[in-house]
Amino acid sequence: MDLQANQFQRMSVEEFDTTKLLAHASKQARERGYERFPIVDVDSHHYENESMAEILDYLDDPVLRQLALSGARPNAKNARILNTLVGYQDMGGRITRYALRNYEKTPPGKHQRDTALTKRWMDAVGVDIAVLFPTPMLALGVHPQVEVEIALSRAYNRWLCERVLAQEPRLVSMLYLPFNDPDATYQFVKEFGERKGVVGFLITSTRYRPVHANQYMKTYALLEEMGKPIAFHGSYHWHDQGQGMLNRFISVHALGFVWYNMCHLANWIINGLPERFPKLKVMWLESGLAWIPFMMQRFDNEYMMRTSEAPALKRLPSDYMRDMYFASQPMEITDHGLLKETFRVINAETQLLYSSDYPHWDFDLPSTIYDLPFLSETAKRNILGGNAIRLFNLKVGAEKLAQTA
Amino acid sequence: MPEVFVEKIKDFAEGDRRIVFHDGSEIGVFHWQGAFYAYENLCLHQGGPCCEGVIMHKVEDVLAPDKTWLGQTFSADEAHFVCPWHGYEYDIKTGECAGNRNLRLKSYPVVRRGADLYVITG
Repeated sequence: MDLQANQFQRMSVEEFDTTKLLAHASKQARERGYERFPIVDVDSHHYENESMAEILDYLDDPVLRQLALSGARPNAKNARILNTLVGYQDMGGRITRYALRNYEKTPPGKHQRDTALTKRWMDAVGVDIAVLFPTPMLALGVHPQVEVEIALSRAYNRWLCERVLAQEPRLVSMLYLPFNDPDATYQFVKEFGERKGVVGFLITSTRYRPVHANQYMKTYALLEEMGKPIAFHGSYHWHDQGQGMLNRFISVHALGFVWYNMCHLANWIINGLPERFPKLKVMWLESGLAWIPFMMQRFDNEYMMRTSEAPALKRLPSDYMRDMYFASQPMEITDHGLLKETFRVINAETQLLYSSDYPHWDFDLPSTIYDLPFLSETAKRNILGGNAIRLFNLKVGAEKLAQTA
Repeated sequence: MPEVFVEKIKDFAEGDRRIVFHDGSEIGVFHWQGAFYAYENLCLHQGGPCCEGVIMHKVEDVLAPDKTWLGQTFSADEAHFVCPWHGYEYDIKTGECAGNRNLRLKSYPVVRRGADLYVITG
């Protein structure tokens, strides 16, 4: 098969296999001795759109299901139910696994393809347990129909619980919350909170709902009572008027994945939610780390002058942030001095959790943490797995689950 | 002097590449515009198989004499190979990282011995 061969790009690909693509990662795992400790990846993905035929079996609304099935037909033109974003995640074909993924073979029989492909890369890089999230549905929060967000995410959650999480103990998830409907959000926590493999709940950050709205308090109280973390997952939205100022995907990606989490974090702290729900565990995913010291400095400085506007706070904004959890990817690695200071100010040894984001284009391997010269062996192991095991109360035995080739 | 056989020259087409192995290392050999180039197949970023990615010409902005932007095009003479893991790009003729020319892949001399091509590894 030719991979988009043209005058400026030439590569023949005989086959595609994740294990082969990640052979160097497997070598890293062997050289660094990952078999000595557990590695948990708190933010990884699959492409749920490729399993949409299965997922739609779980969509109760017959009219929406018919719309979705009709849109999935070949030559359906612009008829589709799942909104998509303009973007170039595959860098114009440079990241070859995007185009080649469909050619990868999985074992025949009862194995679910998403599970098989996910375990393949987990084994290759040495990840024992992965928190699995969808991909296109990261944009579902800006779907124009709230009822579609609710119906599709409920179908997805049901499918994920039954077809993936119930079958594979190495996969867990924080389930999608339809945050544009506060009542449905609450009901989702009630419905799915005790399902096997559900270790928390996810708010896809790309949306226009303030997290401090009174309608969400019952959900936060329920999550706090259940001991389940709530996570905010970054994404971009080129149709956002602010991001529409940016003309290249690099700019939209670099700023967009941080922008919504910055807004939600600001609202979360300034409205005193950490004081109202002191035991609720809060996580921030896929925004990297550089934004955190920025937010700490910016809000501490302004809070000292405008204390009257955040009367619920009893500590500095940065103190509340240090109680939160942060996923590492995409970790900004170009200045180790700044990175070391970032680890210091966020108490990384207890608050930072390794995440890969695999198979997306800017994934991080465990070596991005393990090779940092300023971390102790204990800190490395906490960040790569120990912190996640404690946060999610994961049951991990002494045996290494990842079968690195 | 240690060396590794790459390929019969007649079988190594222009624009093609080979990956050879030596003492635990992988070496990518490129045949590009009549010359051969060899680099360690280990991306300077996270260790990906950089020599196994697509080859694409460098993207360039096109500016008018008054500095206004007219569009983009592909360079006629500078080509890059791209690490398939994350997209780090390397100049095929120098091994320099396109994003930071101070970074450069380990390179190896390539020699012809009769009809055969070899990489000098030591």
